[in-house]
Amino acid sequence: MLTILLDGIAYGMLLFILAVGLCVTLGLMNFINLAHGTFAMAGGYLTITLMQKAGVPFLLCLPAAFIFAAALGLVLERTLYRHLYDKTHLDQVLFSIGLVFISIAMVDYAYGANQQIVNLPDYLTGRFSFLGASIGVYRVFVIAICGLLVVSLQLALTMTRFGSRLRAAVDDGRVARGMGIDVTRIFAVTFAVGSGLAGLGGALGTGIISFDPTFPLKYMIYFLIVISVGGTTTITGPFLAAILLGVADVAGKYYVPAVGGFIIYTIMVVVLIVRPQGLFARAAAK
Amino acid sequence: MFRRQILKSIGVAGLALATGVSAACAQEVVKVGLILPMTGPSASTGRQIEAGARLWMAQNGSTVAGKKIELIIKDDTGAADQSKRLATELVVNDKVAFLGGFGLTPLALSVGPVATQAKVPAVIMAAGTSTIVASSPYFVRTSFTLPQNTAPMAQWSAANGIKTVVTLVSDYGPGLDSEKAFKAEFEAKGGKVLESLRAPLMNPEFAAFLQKAKDLKPDALFLFVPSGQGASLMKQVGERELAKSGIKIIGTGDVTDDDQLNGMGDALIGMITSHNYSAAHDSPENKAYVAAFLKANNNMRPNFMSVGGFDGMAAIYKALEKTKGDTDGTKLVEAMKGLAWVSPRGPMSIDPATRDVTQNVYVREVKKVDGQLYNVEFATIANVKGSN
Repeated sequence: MLTILLDGIAYGMLLFILAVGLCVTLGLMNFINLAHGTFAMAGGYLTITLMQKAGVPFLLCLPAAFIFAAALGLVLERTLYRHLYDKTHLDQVLFSIGLVFISIAMVDYAYGANQQIVNLPDYLTGRFSFLGASIGVYRVFVIAICGLLVVSLQLALTMTRFGSRLRAAVDDGRVARGMGIDVTRIFAVTFAVGSGLAGLGGALGTGIISFDPTFPLKYMIYFLIVISVGGTTTITGPFLAAILLGVADVAGKYYVPAVGGFIIYTIMVVVLIVRPQGLFARAAAK
Repeated sequence: MFRRQILKSIGVAGLALATGVSAACAQEVVKVGLILPMTGPSASTGRQIEAGARLWMAQNGSTVAGKKIELIIKDDTGAADQSKRLATELVVNDKVAFLGGFGLTPLALSVGPVATQAKVPAVIMAAGTSTIVASSPYFVRTSFTLPQNTAPMAQWSAANGIKTVVTLVSDYGPGLDSEKAFKAEFEAKGGKVLESLRAPLMNPEFAAFLQKAKDLKPDALFLFVPSGQGASLMKQVGERELAKSGIKIIGTGDVTDDDQLNGMGDALIGMITSHNYSAAHDSPENKAYVAAFLKANNNMRPNFMSVGGFDGMAAIYKALEKTKGDTDGTKLVEAMKGLAWVSPRGPMSIDPATRDVTQNVYVREVKKVDGQLYNVEFATIANVKGSN
């Protein structure tokens, strides 16, 4: 029972870290970036490459993946994305989905379509007993890192000067500019951090899920479920939604394997019927 | 006006010449159209089969019974509507004498009606659901079927002290085939299947299923996932320490796919599988095959899909030899019935009654040989039929 719960929470946490960047761009910057999974894939493949080819320790790969994906995000934001901030949502969707296909083709060309595997260091594999339940070390590791990130993100957004500037820039970009806030730079940094988090999620994910070039498409559905169930106005909403989905998915597959795969979709449908704005969002403000 | 007339007549003459020439060529060239997933999640299947087919042609020349063989590869990305469209194009535009390939069951099934209508033989080089061959009189199979590869695993388990099993398969045609075949054979031999778990085909997370299997405490856990997906499953099997808790891990060879086996880690050592091909198969034919394959493909290890392609071309060559170059589809299918030869996988034949493949199935254990992981065969079940 506890095992299932922890497995579910770890999976949910992973989903959250993968999706939180999307929640930032979609909710805060009002930009539909379906190519979000590309940054997660970049982080994942960087980890795979560093570990397999260069023998870099896994723990070093995590910050490396964050920095790499963030830098990639920054470059793409400066060169491509910023031209689309003012465009319609349809343009944004078409653009970002195009980016997804480009990234899939590039990874396919460079690495092949096979699933890539990373063998975790010994101190992160294995299991221990806790209150009679057998728990995987790596799952606890994922929960700890993700928990830390959630707290610091929430604090950064609500308590720091950057956080209030960001919220100001989102609420009304023109007024914020008038107040002397460099909106362009704030958006660029935010986008980079969101991409970096996805990269970190990808790197963490290599220990649980496997990577192949179709990753951005395969996980896009999960990102969007997390966002639509959790709403995009807060960090806590998608976080709780991701945990709910992770636990429901794992528990569903455990207790009723016959319909297990459908449970998260059922939850999404029910939530969207009852609360179209998302489970934890305030009623539509605009 | 006059000039235009001249141009027109030159054009017509040119066209006539061109069609005349191509008609003459068509008698010399026999086109073989392979429809394979070269991109997308099953791309490894496509690449292995293409490499196998090309290796056969490199070793046996491109001329059979006075005809030049031309290989056309089309990418269906693993989508059934694409397979069907490409098959139609190959038949209508390219006038192929053979269709072949088909990476997954739904892809093969979608091509069946095209082959039947056009009377073009279609050689299944991968897809493993038992019922496909019966769906068109022009289907011939050189790969394997899931029941064929699964039943020996159940027999071995029952004979080696395994009393209870939980099965975990991918929830689609071949997975269900495999689950059914294992259960039927294992329970007929006195064993008991405690639970039959089915994971969605595009499933990234096996945690819940594996935990369920672990909590049921069976003697063994039987696994099937399609080629290319074994790595992620086995990573989670290792993480959950099923083997340490006394559960034997068994399965079909799809899970310990040679293409990926070496990267899956030492956690797999000791896993027992049954399958029709291992790159470690001990025969002179296979040693030569593996050496040539590694050399031609940048050290990619051949897997069971590659021999499907290699032997698929073998069947096509042998059929053409038998008809002395006649490309009539019905005659070619007749010629393929009953063909028998020694493949890198061991002796194999095409069952004249079902057009399905009959071959040896081997029970193997994952072992480290010269620092690399291989499926080392230790028992043989001879001449297992593909379907009845």
